[in-house]
Amino acid sequence: MTDFSSPKGVSRRGLLQGATALGTAALILPASVRRASAEPKRGGILRVAQASGSTTDSYDPATWDSQFVQVLHTARCGYLTEIAADGSLVGEVAESWEASADAMTWTFKLRDGITYHSGGNVTAADVVASINYHRGDESKSAAKPIVEAITDIKADGNNVVFTLNAGNADFPFIMSDYHLPILPSSDGKIDPMTKDGCGGYIIDSWEPGVSAKLSRNPNYWKTDRAWFDGIELVSILDSAARQNALITGEVDVIDPVDRNTVSLLERAAGIKILATTGTQHYVFPMDTRVAPFTDNNVRQALKYALDRQEMVDKILGGYGSVGNDHPIGPSNRYFNKDLEQHSYDPDKAKFFLKEAGMDRLNVQLSAADAAFTGAVDAAVLYSEKAAAAGITIEVVREPNDGYWDNVWMKKPWCASYWGGRPTEDWMFTTAYAAGAPWNESFWDNARFNELLIAARSELNEETRRAMYYEMQDLCANQGGTVMPMYASYVMGMSDKVAHPEVVAANWTLDGFRAIERWWFA
Amino acid sequence: MSAIWTMIAKRLGLGLLTLFVISVLIFGATELLPGDLAKNILGQSATPETVAAFRRELGLDLPAHTRYLNWLLGAVQGDFGTSLANKRPIADLIATRLGNTLFLALYAAAISIPLSLMLGVLAALYRNTIFDRTANALALSSISFPEFFVAYILIFILAQSGLFPSMSRVDPDTGFAETLYRTFLPALTLTLVVTAHMMRMTRAAIINLLASPYIEMARLKGMTPMRVILHHALPNALAPIITVVALNLAYLITGVVVVEVVFVYPGLGQLMVDSVAKRDFPVVQAVALIFAAAYVLLNLTADVLSTLSNPRLIHRK
Repeated sequence: MTDFSSPKGVSRRGLLQGATALGTAALILPASVRRASAEPKRGGILRVAQASGSTTDSYDPATWDSQFVQVLHTARCGYLTEIAADGSLVGEVAESWEASADAMTWTFKLRDGITYHSGGNVTAADVVASINYHRGDESKSAAKPIVEAITDIKADGNNVVFTLNAGNADFPFIMSDYHLPILPSSDGKIDPMTKDGCGGYIIDSWEPGVSAKLSRNPNYWKTDRAWFDGIELVSILDSAARQNALITGEVDVIDPVDRNTVSLLERAAGIKILATTGTQHYVFPMDTRVAPFTDNNVRQALKYALDRQEMVDKILGGYGSVGNDHPIGPSNRYFNKDLEQHSYDPDKAKFFLKEAGMDRLNVQLSAADAAFTGAVDAAVLYSEKAAAAGITIEVVREPNDGYWDNVWMKKPWCASYWGGRPTEDWMFTTAYAAGAPWNESFWDNARFNELLIAARSELNEETRRAMYYEMQDLCANQGGTVMPMYASYVMGMSDKVAHPEVVAANWTLDGFRAIERWWFA
Repeated sequence: MSAIWTMIAKRLGLGLLTLFVISVLIFGATELLPGDLAKNILGQSATPETVAAFRRELGLDLPAHTRYLNWLLGAVQGDFGTSLANKRPIADLIATRLGNTLFLALYAAAISIPLSLMLGVLAALYRNTIFDRTANALALSSISFPEFFVAYILIFILAQSGLFPSMSRVDPDTGFAETLYRTFLPALTLTLVVTAHMMRMTRAAIINLLASPYIEMARLKGMTPMRVILHHALPNALAPIITVVALNLAYLITGVVVVEVVFVYPGLGQLMVDSVAKRDFPVVQAVALIFAAAYVLLNLTADVLSTLSNPRLIHRK
């Protein structure tokens, strides 16, 4: 892959090569901002307004679930590994790592001389305690399922050795998860409520649900990061208020931009729009244990009964791309380019219905905007288009409040979303493996589950690619999830804010790291 | 006067009882809401084991009545506990926000009460003239629009031109004059929303009295219409006006979450909404009790003032 860290900056050709490598994960920018970014320079206070942030937000990494805390604490904390803007994995607190031949034992060598804001050094014991916090019976962490495969963690001098219950070639990626910051420990335990961290910014004040002020960590070990002197994060829940704040110059960056009014913002002077398409996708998972979704013909009929491009155009305002009923994004390493793209085809849908022995199908689709913005509209659009295939979709509008608790994985067919995961294994294991707590379609495909385990510890690139290709095919043509579209992250910012040419698409705001990666031009 | 003091004491006692009943109702209502804090905090990431561990840690696995009694025991000793979601003491959580909410309510009241009384008196004086009709039409249209719409219009006219900030971000270090400037737009929005009610009540109460024989007597004595209204009609119209003002004040304290959200003003409303969404029950209780206490106290004040304004009620036989 192109080397993006070249000190001369990235040439246009470099960007294009990178863009090809990343597929459509490249930037979709208006022409005015496509010019080369200037050299980064130090200074200024960046003010970022986000649509999340609640008075109930906490310092406790077990509970981080909204963008405000994700961005705030990524600025404060360091992680073992970091996903670079081009999607590759680089070391952060860990300098390097190596696996045993069976990929079951992983040794991370820690970087020397990283200190906490309070002064102490980051030690191997801290790493052990920080990860152990999410493990075990007493864990209440949202990250518990992703560290479940770890059977043992040991500090060995300046190294940390992880033992897994099965081989996993992608294990270092998991250590970049935003729930797993390295925090100071004593007696083998971290204080989850600590304000300390080893990241580029120190939290000076934080009023949950309102705003946070951070200042640059003068001892930060990265010399080519953390350009701003200070950061102000504000939560502005109302989309019109957020947009006004950007237009009137009260903030420098807003995220997200309301897709219904993004065209107005595009025309405003001194403001640019940044959109990145990565792994975030919207889905309609069916409970494959419940009739009629037990029949794969019914599932296939429903997959051919929606107009994906129309949904991208109308629901996402064009900021996204069509999905193909599996969760692997074009920016992933093993994205299956050869898979036939599902498209709107009422005749094919009718054919599959006939195969299932039906000529009409009546189903209910539960949706609320809590699942994703525009979910109800998307469901209605689906219902309109499906009618031509003899399928009646009754859209059930559910309350936003308690959606994840009462509707998701409870109702037979509903709307949901995924931020996506950086690796194929992680995504499939999280939401498609049989028995996984978040397997939202309750899908249980023997071949798929077998491949999942085999591919996880397979170190041969080509064999692994073939396995993931087949798994995407299985998902798309036998799975229980309709995946209409990948949704871009759409941000608005003042002209004065500059960012590297390649912006990460794994999460919004440059992989939650805009704070340390961006600068003022 | 002793009658007044007895009344205040009685009403305060009843007020306490009301607060207790409200705390039971709020607790019951939060219990009826589907899901609990553990599930709502973990959201899409919740698994049965982590939810169970979360509940154990916070004591959410205890039966409802035990949890309520524990809370009540703390509350009567003045300890409202800590937020379940982020362990912050509730007193801290509420202190600045209560200050902000009261500030905005008083600011809006300081503009709207004199304005609406003045408009009400003038509208009564010049009733059925162009002035009366215009004032009524304007006040009624501004109350008829939803608050957020009024707010957006004000932002469009006054903030996008750069006269006032579109966000009312204040913190304890912001100076008084600066705070007044930054919160002008939300205060103006609230003023537009509450003025009509108070103005129309003032006008109606005064006009109602103008048909009385004693007003006719005053007129026959040759007094100016203005003097008739201010010295003879208004004192007798005070009771209904005070009641309406108190109701609107209570609304300004408890009902302004939409305005808070549009202007990004950290008040109690947003705290209440967030806490209900996450089922953070001790915070919900504390905020609900503050809102209830505001209603109880303002109604009491209104009743005391109405009594004082009416000698017939003070010197009851």
